[in-house]
Amino acid sequence: MIRFENTSKIYGKDTAAIDRVSFEVKKGEFVSLVGKSGAGKTTLLRLLLREEDPTSGKVLFDDQDIAEIPSGFIPDFRRRIGTVFQDYKLLPMKTAYENVAYVMEVMGARGGDIDRDVSEVLKLVELMERAEHFPNQLSGGEKQRVAIARALIHRPDVIVADEPTGNLDPYHTQDIIKLLATINGLGTTVILATHDKDVINRLGKRVITLDDGKVIRDEERGKFIL
Amino acid sequence: MFTEFKRISRFGYQSFMRDRGSSVATVFVMVIAISLVTFLMLFQGTAAFVITSLESRVDISTYFLDTVFEEEILQVRDELVKLDDVRDVQYISKDKALEKFLEEHKGDEVILASLEAVGSNPLLSSLNIRTWDSSSYLKVTDFLEESFGGLISKVDFEEREPVIQRLDGLTSGIQTFGILFTIILGIVAVLVAFNTIRLAIYSTREEIEVMRLVGASNWFIRGPFVVQGVIVGIVAAIISLLLFIPATLFLSGPLENLISGFNIFSYFLSNIFVIFLAQLLVGVILGMISSAIAVKRYLKV
Ligand SMILES: Nc1ncnc2c1ncn2[C@@H]1O[C@H](COP(=O)(O)OP(=O)(O)O)[C@@H](O)[C@H]1O
Ligand SMILES: [Mg+2]
Repeated sequence: MIRFENTSKIYGKDTAAIDRVSFEVKKGEFVSLVGKSGAGKTTLLRLLLREEDPTSGKVLFDDQDIAEIPSGFIPDFRRRIGTVFQDYKLLPMKTAYENVAYVMEVMGARGGDIDRDVSEVLKLVELMERAEHFPNQLSGGEKQRVAIARALIHRPDVIVADEPTGNLDPYHTQDIIKLLATINGLGTTVILATHDKDVINRLGKRVITLDDGKVIRDEERGKFIL
Repeated sequence: MFTEFKRISRFGYQSFMRDRGSSVATVFVMVIAISLVTFLMLFQGTAAFVITSLESRVDISTYFLDTVFEEEILQVRDELVKLDDVRDVQYISKDKALEKFLEEHKGDEVILASLEAVGSNPLLSSLNIRTWDSSSYLKVTDFLEESFGGLISKVDFEEREPVIQRLDGLTSGIQTFGILFTIILGIVAVLVAFNTIRLAIYSTREEIEVMRLVGASNWFIRGPFVVQGVIVGIVAAIISLLLFIPATLFLSGPLENLISGFNIFSYFLSNIFVIFLAQLLVGVILGMISSAIAVKRYLKV
């Protein structure tokens, strides 16, 4: 479903954040991107979201070169990908419920559909009883679950999570990873960027290891080795 | 379209209610801006009153010889009224003049005693003439002296000539000053209000980034800020209106001593709709435009 073909991203004159990377992610897979900080994980995800254009090579989504998507269709394209970040990126003046509903509201969904879908997805992330809380009344793990609920609300084909557990303690970290595995089990492709060794080793799923912008290892049921 | 509008309005209202700190700050600054504009409106009203009352206070008093009959004086009046330059003419008989004189000098023992010593009424009958324009006084006095010179004791104009000329200067002076004052203070008020709103929006730039990230269109991002600006404007206009009721009531006493016949409180009340409309307009337009401009910087796709 997602294919990087000899993709490079060079910042400035010669900072190769991504250096001739090629790999494919199939529908329904759970792929972890690992590597030290600065290895190029975030850049890779930004290329996938078309927040950056590759300096050379291609990124394909369902066999379409995403560089060729007309700018008017980029919002539609991005809705096929749900994103989760280390710093949650919730709207502080909106409740958990409203943060999730916001995505549907700006898409012009009908009120009844919003109520139904938001309740459903909040149940999935086990936050029903926290629905009326504001972000500053939630723990880090709860905030990240709201963010995941928000990423799921428009039923994307892929969830992209960039260091989602970076700010969490080990207990909440496991919580979030389990949730991502559950979502993957329901059929959504998951791409998880992390430099957390424990997370990867427990997961037992495909691991792509990046170093200095290059793929140095790509293993089914991988381990975190650097 | 309607759902979109409803949602944008709700988002704006929610931000206004929830972001207390920034709402209070922007409303406060907006109240100052609106109050300045209101103050200037009241100032213009007061100036206009002073100008007209000064203008109507200046007139030509024509005193007739004691030998002239009332019928003759009334004839002169009829002739005067026919002139284009003349606004109105008031006849003051000998008796009325005395009555007025006694009224004006009620407590003054010396004057009353000397009046009694004279025995009879020493005052003269007169015509008080007001013209439309202070510059045409000379024309009227010339006319009087040419046609009725023989009946007239004196025309009390020469003494007032400098007053009239100074008044001309003063009138245009007050108006120029008022307009200049309005423009300068208005610009200051607008800039301060604009800057406060700009700062409030600057502090939400990360939220704007998140909104873009989850797929909100520019209208969904900008709309709520504009709605919020409108609410700030309306609330500030209402507060300003409520502030000016006690303020003008308090001022009306001292000001009436200064400018007799002018009550700023009743002036405020009788113009309350126009004033509130102006306050609303200033508040809403200022809030709306400031928000729209301020948020624009963060909307690049
Ligand atoms: N916008 C940018 N401009 C210049 N260099 C950048 C930019 N974004 C990332 N880089 C560089 O690219 C490399 C990879 O960064 P990044 O993808 O953020 O790594 P990671 O997410 O794995 O920590 C780093 O050396 C970083 O400094
Ligand atoms: Mg990163």
